[in-house]
Amino acid sequence: MLLLLLGIIVLHVAVLVLLFVSTIVSQWIVGNGHSTDLWQNCSLLSSSNILHCYSSSTNEWLQSVQATMILSIIFSVLSLFLFFCQLFTLTKGGRFYITGVFQVLAGLCVMSAASIYTVRHPEWHFAAEYSYGFAYILAWVSFPLALLSGVVYVILRKRE
Amino acid sequence: MAPGAPSSSPSPILAALLFSLVLPPAQAIVVYTDKEVHGAVGSRVTLYCSFWSSEWVSDDISFTWRYQPEGGRDAISIFHYAKGQPYIDEVGTFKERIQWVGDPHWKDGSIVIHNLDYSDNGTFTCDVKNPPDIVGKTSQVTLYVFEKVPTRYGVVLGAVIGGVIGVVLLLLALFYLARYLPWRRGNCTRQAPADRGLMCDPPLQTPVLYAMLDHSRSTKATSEKKSKGLGESRKDKK
Repeated sequence: MLLLLLGIIVLHVAVLVLLFVSTIVSQWIVGNGHSTDLWQNCSLLSSSNILHCYSSSTNEWLQSVQATMILSIIFSVLSLFLFFCQLFTLTKGGRFYITGVFQVLAGLCVMSAASIYTVRHPEWHFAAEYSYGFAYILAWVSFPLALLSGVVYVILRKRE
Repeated sequence: MAPGAPSSSPSPILAALLFSLVLPPAQAIVVYTDKEVHGAVGSRVTLYCSFWSSEWVSDDISFTWRYQPEGGRDAISIFHYAKGQPYIDEVGTFKERIQWVGDPHWKDGSIVIHNLDYSDNGTFTCDVKNPPDIVGKTSQVTLYVFEKVPTRYGVVLGAVIGGVIGVVLLLLALFYLARYLPWRRGNCTRQAPADRGLMCDPPLQTPVLYAMLDHSRSTKATSEKKSKGLGESRKDKK
């Protein structure tokens, strides 16, 4: 059914969008007037009302979080591309194994990135009071969605 | 391997070329070193020095290394090489720590400093004189001594990305190899031209699994077709 196909593609694209937003937007940890993410720390000085942004530290754990987030995007994009390839080349009754595997890998990468960030973030930001921003939450949300999407691909069969 | 790029690399070459083309052959010597060198306390560091000269390398070539401490004003001479003989500092702060690793015929005037200490922070100047070519610019390299040498940004990033992608590709390749390996032993049968590729017998356990899946799916399906051939291409209608 076309509806099923559309639904699966929408889910995949949603996962991709979530991954992109959470990697790029600067809201992983927010505090009073400052926000940090994977690539820079921005702080709004209340005195001058100017937003100062500096590059994040070169901590190895931060680099590994950046790397796994980028990897998850790569795997998800690859999975989308492979899905369209397999849609036209797979035999009837075949399963979208490769697509599902890459999507599951993307989900695992996001999970590892978010976990490493959660455990190790005191190493590169030193704000006293902080809370997690929406980009961080998006990263965690995209993990089960990516797993779900990958599993759907693995159990789905190609029909005529 | 030089840790950093040679200082002022393209412009002296360009300037020298221009000089040699525009003016009558002027004699100038250009010295190249790194801009910055990082070292860890207690380890050794190599200070590279190379030069370009409009004359052939003569036997009277001389290299001089000077050291200016961080925040100091005076530069002291710590190494000199002349007439084929290196002269190493034997009384100063670099006593017995300098090693000559250069070779004039390869245009290399590098030295190695062993057993670094925090007091070695400063600027080193390499001066080369190649008679009759004696007029020229020297070059300076700044030494930074750290407790632990900081890794450059991007090393971990690139390593993680490259490693994971490499492992995934390797696993994919192994998987495809394993799937088509029984073909060598003749267990695969070529399907009808409509299907793609070969159909190979999977390992022994999966026939049961596929049959069960087929059975569970067929109970919901309106029509079922169970095929004896096992593998991925089965017809299934809903």
